[in-house]
Amino acid sequence: MGIVIHKDAVNADVAASLQKLCPFSAIDYINGELSINAACKGCKICIKKGPAGVLSWQDEEKKEIIDKSLWRGVAVFAQCRDDGLHPVTAELIGKAKELAAVIGQEVLAVIIGCDLGCQIDELLSYGVDKVYAYDNPAFADFTITPYANAFYDFIDKVKPGSILVGATNIGRSLAPKVAARCNTGLTADCTVLEMKENTDLVQIRPAFGGNIMAQIVTPNARPQFCTVRYKVFSAVQRNENICGKVYNMEIASDLLLGKTQVISKVQKEKEVDISEAEIIVACGRGFKTQADIDLARNLAQLLGAQLACTRPLVEAGWFDPRRQIGLSGRTVKPKLIIALGISGSVQFAAGMNGSDRIIAVNSDSNAAIFNVAHIGLVGDIYEILPRLIEKIKEGRADV
Amino acid sequence: MTIITCVKQVPGTNKVAIDPVTGTLKRDGVASKLNPYDLFALETAFVLAEQTNGKVKALSMGPPQAKGVLEESLWMGADEGLLLSDRAFGGADVAATSYCLSLGVEKLGEYDIIICGKQTTDGDTAQVGPELAERLGIEHAANVLSVDKVDENSITVTLDLDGVQQTQKMSLPCLITMEKDTNTPRLPSYLRRKAVCPEQIKICSLKDFPNADVSMLGINGSPTRVERIFSPEVREGQPLLTGGAKELSQKLYDILCQEKFV
Repeated sequence: MGIVIHKDAVNADVAASLQKLCPFSAIDYINGELSINAACKGCKICIKKGPAGVLSWQDEEKKEIIDKSLWRGVAVFAQCRDDGLHPVTAELIGKAKELAAVIGQEVLAVIIGCDLGCQIDELLSYGVDKVYAYDNPAFADFTITPYANAFYDFIDKVKPGSILVGATNIGRSLAPKVAARCNTGLTADCTVLEMKENTDLVQIRPAFGGNIMAQIVTPNARPQFCTVRYKVFSAVQRNENICGKVYNMEIASDLLLGKTQVISKVQKEKEVDISEAEIIVACGRGFKTQADIDLARNLAQLLGAQLACTRPLVEAGWFDPRRQIGLSGRTVKPKLIIALGISGSVQFAAGMNGSDRIIAVNSDSNAAIFNVAHIGLVGDIYEILPRLIEKIKEGRADV
Repeated sequence: MTIITCVKQVPGTNKVAIDPVTGTLKRDGVASKLNPYDLFALETAFVLAEQTNGKVKALSMGPPQAKGVLEESLWMGADEGLLLSDRAFGGADVAATSYCLSLGVEKLGEYDIIICGKQTTDGDTAQVGPELAERLGIEHAANVLSVDKVDENSITVTLDLDGVQQTQKMSLPCLITMEKDTNTPRLPSYLRRKAVCPEQIKICSLKDFPNADVSMLGINGSPTRVERIFSPEVREGQPLLTGGAKELSQKLYDILCQEKFV
């Protein structure tokens, strides 16, 4: 599979126009010879937009086509915590139910841990059809080999069509290990998931590190694997009617042994977690100095909000990285977010556009943030914020 | 001790947009740089090499220009570099990339530790390191905060497991991915730059891997397909509020009151 060059149609003009089209500088024209180099990403822009008859796409000789009907169900990896499940699990189950309904299949959950009890009850209360539980002291701590072996055992025995994993640190470590073992694809940090009738999972995520979304499918491999960040989808509510089944799973004892030995575990102090905030005041490069952030801090205090920021402000050293919203920071889904002086790159937007109410203030009426905001104000934060803060204080004083 | 560090050339800017008229991808300039996350992996590798009197080998896959990031690695302190570059490797997703890198690791010979950055700034997946470890049949630890101890057969690291800091001893060989800001990466040295000779960087193409499974490489070996790329949805019908600061602050205050946030 790849691009085929029809040499007769190549001349210097054609080559120049193709080189201009290619966003990856993947087309060389040396000594009258046109060639495609290793930078080619197969985006086919040169074929679609370039002069006709010069380049064409040759599909691969059909590999063995897999039988998709053998892979059934939409599975969720249920990540355990001491006191229950990681809250991303309820969000994944909510989405899995929607996806499974399209193709009339079941929602499955795989859970790996030690002394599983309340976690399984919680899974059932979310309306999961089948829970596959790997409960063993070997899973008390997260170490990669036993967990990957159990996860792979689940895939091997149950053959789920799609698997959703939370993009937590554990999920992002475990999912690629298992996906590689299955020789299947893995799409990180999906922001939209849809199911096609032929059971292909449509995975959409920001791509090329820029203002572009990519729609990705895994057309000839199963299971279809993806990770989703916490606070991207809405959590499913608990339900009293429990009708799901629990299967206790076991793997051979030699598969429980890894080459990693846990020496100690320290629970980090409960730190600020902007993911949990109900109201967020977010700052961008519209703030000229670190001292000016006080304006936003005052507003945040008055609203009972958490203060957050964009990547450049973390890079400038003005904020703790844990307060960064976006693809390289946290994803948030508050009731209200006020974006102050933020241009609104896709990476930032991907980290907050699930918020219930988005208000943006920016002096540039063309700022991309206004594309995601519900309410946009074109104005100077330095002029609006002091007045707004004053008004809120006055309003409180009147009561 | 031999340490392999995986590095990647990434676009120098993230200002990428779709031209609304032609539907093609626009990139501002062609400047590229060493993936910033890889700097922490390189620094960790140099410190380990100094402690153990070892060697650091830098490994990358990409177009011929990606040689630049290997040179930079050498100027910082790496002893040799290997670039995997072939049109047959292009268009690779995580699965195909990790397979290709595993060929490169085997080419580099015996090793004790592989160190990767946490993720790249262009793909942002954080998946290549763990997939590479699986392809090589070794264990990995992601989100490593510190390397606490190293001896001939093991390495002790502390990693961030979603709110728990876990310290664990891992048998060698293994792979770790470094969290960002876990150390202060050194700058490329002018003296090293002058001392580095071209032979220290090798470039391998498909023909250098006669036993490679071609069906697992590049776009053919990628289980995932990009069906389409598009600009993010624009929220329609939200008129922008304009006016003087006084007027706007009043409007914003009214909205916050109406929605009961004040």
